[in-house]
Amino acid sequence: MSTLLEVSGVSVTFDGFRAINNLSFSIAEGELRAVIGPNGAGKTTFMDIVTGKTRPDSGRVLFGEKSVDLLRLSEARIARAGVGRKFQRPTVFEDQTVAENLMLALRAHRAPWRVLFWRPKPADHARIAELAAEVGLSDQLPRKAGELSHGQKQWLEIGMLLAQEPRLLLVDEPAAGMTGPEREHTTDLLVSLARSRAVVVVEHDMEFVRRLACKVTVLHEGSVLAEGSLDHVTANPAVIDVYLGRG
Amino acid sequence: MNLFRKHPSLPVFLGLLAAFVLAVTLMSEAAGAGLVSTSFVKTLGKTLCLCLIALAMDLVWGYTGILSLGHFAFFGLGGYMIGMWLMYARTETIVEASLASGALPPTPQEVQDAIATQIFGVVGASDLPAIWSLAGSLPAQLALVVLVPAALAAVFGWLAFRARVTGVYLSILTQAMTLALALWLFQNDSGLRGNNGLSGLQNIPGLEQHGQDLVSLWFFWASALALGLGYLGAQWLVSGKFGSVIRAIRDDEARVRFLGYPVEGFKLFVFVLTAVVAGLAGALYYPQAGIVNPAELAPIASIYLAVWVAIGGRGRLYGAVIGAAFVSLVSTWFTGGNAPDIPLGGYTLHWVDWWQVLLGLSFVAVTLYAPRGIGGLFDLLAGLRAPNRRGAPLGPDQGALQEKEADA
Repeated sequence: MSTLLEVSGVSVTFDGFRAINNLSFSIAEGELRAVIGPNGAGKTTFMDIVTGKTRPDSGRVLFGEKSVDLLRLSEARIARAGVGRKFQRPTVFEDQTVAENLMLALRAHRAPWRVLFWRPKPADHARIAELAAEVGLSDQLPRKAGELSHGQKQWLEIGMLLAQEPRLLLVDEPAAGMTGPEREHTTDLLVSLARSRAVVVVEHDMEFVRRLACKVTVLHEGSVLAEGSLDHVTANPAVIDVYLGRG
Repeated sequence: MNLFRKHPSLPVFLGLLAAFVLAVTLMSEAAGAGLVSTSFVKTLGKTLCLCLIALAMDLVWGYTGILSLGHFAFFGLGGYMIGMWLMYARTETIVEASLASGALPPTPQEVQDAIATQIFGVVGASDLPAIWSLAGSLPAQLALVVLVPAALAAVFGWLAFRARVTGVYLSILTQAMTLALALWLFQNDSGLRGNNGLSGLQNIPGLEQHGQDLVSLWFFWASALALGLGYLGAQWLVSGKFGSVIRAIRDDEARVRFLGYPVEGFKLFVFVLTAVVAGLAGALYYPQAGIVNPAELAPIASIYLAVWVAIGGRGRLYGAVIGAAFVSLVSTWFTGGNAPDIPLGGYTLHWVDWWQVLLGLSFVAVTLYAPRGIGGLFDLLAGLRAPNRRGAPLGPDQGALQEKEADA
């Protein structure tokens, strides 16, 4: 498989603290990858860099077959290039309905002038219904997103990411604060997402990562400590040291 | 037509506006029973213009979350642009009439010099400044009514939004903008007659044969038409996906960026559009007011605008209109000396002095106890209530809708 995202030699310092230290790794087209690591390992900062929220001091982040340098683009341009992001806390537009939220995310022109004259066609409504069914929110379409439960908001956000049709999806701790059945539904959603696009999941919870059954990258102090299957990395003495030695 | 069905408030609003125009027309001195004085027709016409700029303010603040405290600058600029033509053209007729008695017909240069002396004598100048070079042409000045506010808003907005200035800092910047503009206009050598401003604007060149009673009624109609069209346009704007995007920007602009929308572009679009609407409202307002001077652009005017929208209820179009109409009419009543003074033993309460205090208190009261403003009364009637979010606003941004402002 060809490489979709290549991070090479990226470093970033916040007030003297090296959050990311010469980080290099790559994601292939259509791959599902879990990124784990203790608190402060740089997992979220890595996502911030790829999505354009944080500018690194050095390094390169190349995306797609044309190897576009993401570090030169604004957040919105990166999103339009095909990078979607799901935040740790569910971030949906709470004052708007589930249907409106999905409609906002639906792949279409993003410039003000085009948005102004854009009107939904029957195909768009059908797509919204289809997405809502996929994430299990079919009966919630006219409700305001703010009224949904925590788990439902997470699914709505995943639905919005699906609507956006990104080529690479970055997901930050999707299982945090979820109940048992909600977690299972979320795992299924992520696995089915990864069938058509690359997905990077940042997670704390080892049990959740095991269920994803994919390649794992362990971050520690801003760089890659180990990479491979979950059994392979958990057998690595350096990983055990980091996880158990420091609690 | 779909728009009317989806938003029942739209036909109601337009219907009430039409009924109001008809009633005032039938009671006016020019075309009806004479129950409403010409000066009150002017007050009502001006109020409609204020409703129009309040609509613009609601779009930029209530819907997009940008608390601009500088939109009255655009309103004033619109007034100045039309005022230049009004003053120039009227002076021209007067000058031509007086020069016609001479032995030789005056040259165009002589006419222009005489106009300049007439207009700028008050600030001790007799040359026509370069910015007046288009003042003789109505189409040119009408174009400037749109272009000047748009250009100022575009340059200011581009600089501010690109630097991602938000919240309180942006509000302060917009205050600085309107203050700087007012101070510049106050200077005699800026070419707009300093603190005298432009006056005599109620005399419309070419319409001298009609009395003020008729002219003021025409302006009242024009103001009502502009408000009706502005309301229709604003409703169309906020009903589609564009409205969805700007409300999303108000509540959580970072999230909108990650959806791929150019947030700065949207903000700039709304800022410039509302500046143009404000300019047009000003161009209709000042011929009815008769005079425009730099005091009109004082920072406080733009703050009043925010107060009107807050009292009416931000984030709903009719709220802004109701707020502007209610507060400005009540203000006219109190400051006009119509309200009876209240003797309090040793001290007599004069409303002319105490009205500002009352307005300030009601603003605080609305913010604390009725965040949906007067417009919220309709929600009470319709049985709509705010969602129970345990005090959490609807998004992380400063301009985000607060719990009590939202609909469940």
